[in-house]
Amino acid sequence: MGRYILKRLLLIAPTLLGITVVTFAIIQLAPGNPALLKVQMSRQGGVGDQAVAQAIVEQTRKLYGLDKPLPVRYWIWLKRVATLDFGSSYKDHRPVMDKILEVLPVTLQLSVLSIFLSYLIAIPIGVYSAVRQDSLGDRAATIVLFVLYSLPNFWVATLLIVYLGGGDHLDLFPVYGLSSFDAERWPFWRWLADRLWHLVLPVGCLTYGGLASLSRYMRAGMIEVIRQDYILTARAKGLSEKAVVFKHALRNSVIPIVTFLAFLLPAMIGGSVIVESIFSVPGMGKLGFEAVLSRDYPVIMAIATISALLTLVGMLLSDILYVLVDPRISFERL
Amino acid sequence: MGIACAEPGIRHGPDGRSYWRLVWRQFRRRRLAVAGLAVVAALGLVALLASVLANDRPLVLWRQDGLYLPALVDSPGLRGVDFSRRSEVAASARFVLYPPVPYSPTQYDLDRMLEAPSRDHWLGTDDRGRDVASRMIHGSRTSLSVGFVAVGIYLAIGILLGALAGFYGGAVDMVISRLYEIMICFPTFFLILAIMAFLPPSIFNVMVVIGATGWTGVARLVRGEFLKLRAQDFVTASRALGAKDSRVIFRHVLPNALAPVLVSATFGVAGAVLVESSLSFLGFGVPPPTPSWGDILSQSRAYIDFAWWLTLFPGLAIFLTVTAYNLVGEGLRDAVDPRLKTE
Repeated sequence: MGRYILKRLLLIAPTLLGITVVTFAIIQLAPGNPALLKVQMSRQGGVGDQAVAQAIVEQTRKLYGLDKPLPVRYWIWLKRVATLDFGSSYKDHRPVMDKILEVLPVTLQLSVLSIFLSYLIAIPIGVYSAVRQDSLGDRAATIVLFVLYSLPNFWVATLLIVYLGGGDHLDLFPVYGLSSFDAERWPFWRWLADRLWHLVLPVGCLTYGGLASLSRYMRAGMIEVIRQDYILTARAKGLSEKAVVFKHALRNSVIPIVTFLAFLLPAMIGGSVIVESIFSVPGMGKLGFEAVLSRDYPVIMAIATISALLTLVGMLLSDILYVLVDPRISFERL
Repeated sequence: MGIACAEPGIRHGPDGRSYWRLVWRQFRRRRLAVAGLAVVAALGLVALLASVLANDRPLVLWRQDGLYLPALVDSPGLRGVDFSRRSEVAASARFVLYPPVPYSPTQYDLDRMLEAPSRDHWLGTDDRGRDVASRMIHGSRTSLSVGFVAVGIYLAIGILLGALAGFYGGAVDMVISRLYEIMICFPTFFLILAIMAFLPPSIFNVMVVIGATGWTGVARLVRGEFLKLRAQDFVTASRALGAKDSRVIFRHVLPNALAPVLVSATFGVAGAVLVESSLSFLGFGVPPPTPSWGDILSQSRAYIDFAWWLTLFPGLAIFLTVTAYNLVGEGLRDAVDPRLKTE
């Protein structure tokens, strides 16, 4: 097992390299550059002289290393990243790593909670739908899940803010940020309750979409397993329906959706862009969105790299889980 | 029976029915899927007929000098007519027939800003006095064209890469699989957003960017099908007959791998519509004044406390479209699945 994990860890490197090359190329080849943007901004501030403006562009380009050819820039970037230094933000000149370390825990809180909730809700629904295939309950679940899956989350988020977050209607949940004002000084339990209360709406918005597809996969997997001969055997030898479903069928049909974990993570990070922006949650999604708006290259690169790394780790984890839940699969054959 | 009909050359099963006819028979049994298909067809019609359904130019204008169809054709006789002055247009004509929604999606009317739905404006007006119903109808054209073109692009990329990887295996497969791995590790929406923020805003860019980032699912599907099919006798046979690789791939193997691709494409349209509206909501989608559902929703945020019509209708439209395509996709998936076939 150790050898397999080592092999996979080594395979992460080239993939990650590929991801950074692609992102770097896209960002740097895109028209418009931060130096020019800066000059445009300062021009609005009153610097009118053409020559001065040109000098500022040149200086900024040099400062950011934008005057060097693309491969050289990539190489410089890569060498720094190898020492976990993502440079400093163009916007406020703080080290990118500091900024990321501030927001990463927030996004992880959101995603981990949301993924956990998704599985917690989706598995029972999927099992029920499969066992009672085509019953009224299955159909109702199918329809409700489809409705949820098809609801655009930015729309739902907006509606939730209007109807549940104060305004003219119910005032059940806070809609701004992650903690109440000066929650830092509260005792832990009160702080935790406050944090969870703030997380309800954003986590809800992140969860409901993935919920639908997860339980559909669970249902499909379960239906496939229920048709197998060994389930027939289990029934034939007189096992109770409960034992057949939960002991024999469930364990085998959980496998495919375990691997789903790896695909859920990038979707979560992508989805967090919208949800965090709407709910003003200071996480990676919001930082990323703001970085994109202000062309903060180092921050964009860092977010792409780190979320790709998280995804790769997620894939590795789900592969390991895969082996743990299914004894028929061994690391040697993977 | 079932799968046998899917073999190339044998277009008809033992009982004389073609494969796709069987699929249709299976599909028809699912009422929800059929309902979804009806909505898909209706939406398609609305998008196609948008300029006939909602236009500030009359459909039919009968004047002294002849009969005109201003909503459809811009004939020289209409030059100099200001269609925003309705009473003048009516006075000059013997007969005028307006479309059901007699407003253009882009015409401002600053006297009638943010009006609630009424008999004049069925779905109200937005903050520039534009008719929401008209913007919604023309927005369907935006959404669906983005959906179809983007999916078309990623089908082309996905089918090509998947076919190459599955058919040749070895080094080709190795390279394409790495490429695939790189793509799935991106937080796609963030990537799309970043690219869109850097490119000049245009509907064409939205299509290309969604298309260029969405091919992974299709590629994996096609690769899997090709791996399964390439060792089959009919492939060996066509090779033995001296067929070129390109012919074997596209004429013999690909047609047998199309069913799951079609399913995935149907879901893909729903996904692309969703991505387009999210992008427009964030201000990086189709540039104004092109009407888009996401753009109406994005405007609605400023007036959310009272202008419910700006939030409700575009949200419902996105929801309805996405649901309909997903239902069709689901029905199709069940219909092409040979294991689910009943006699």
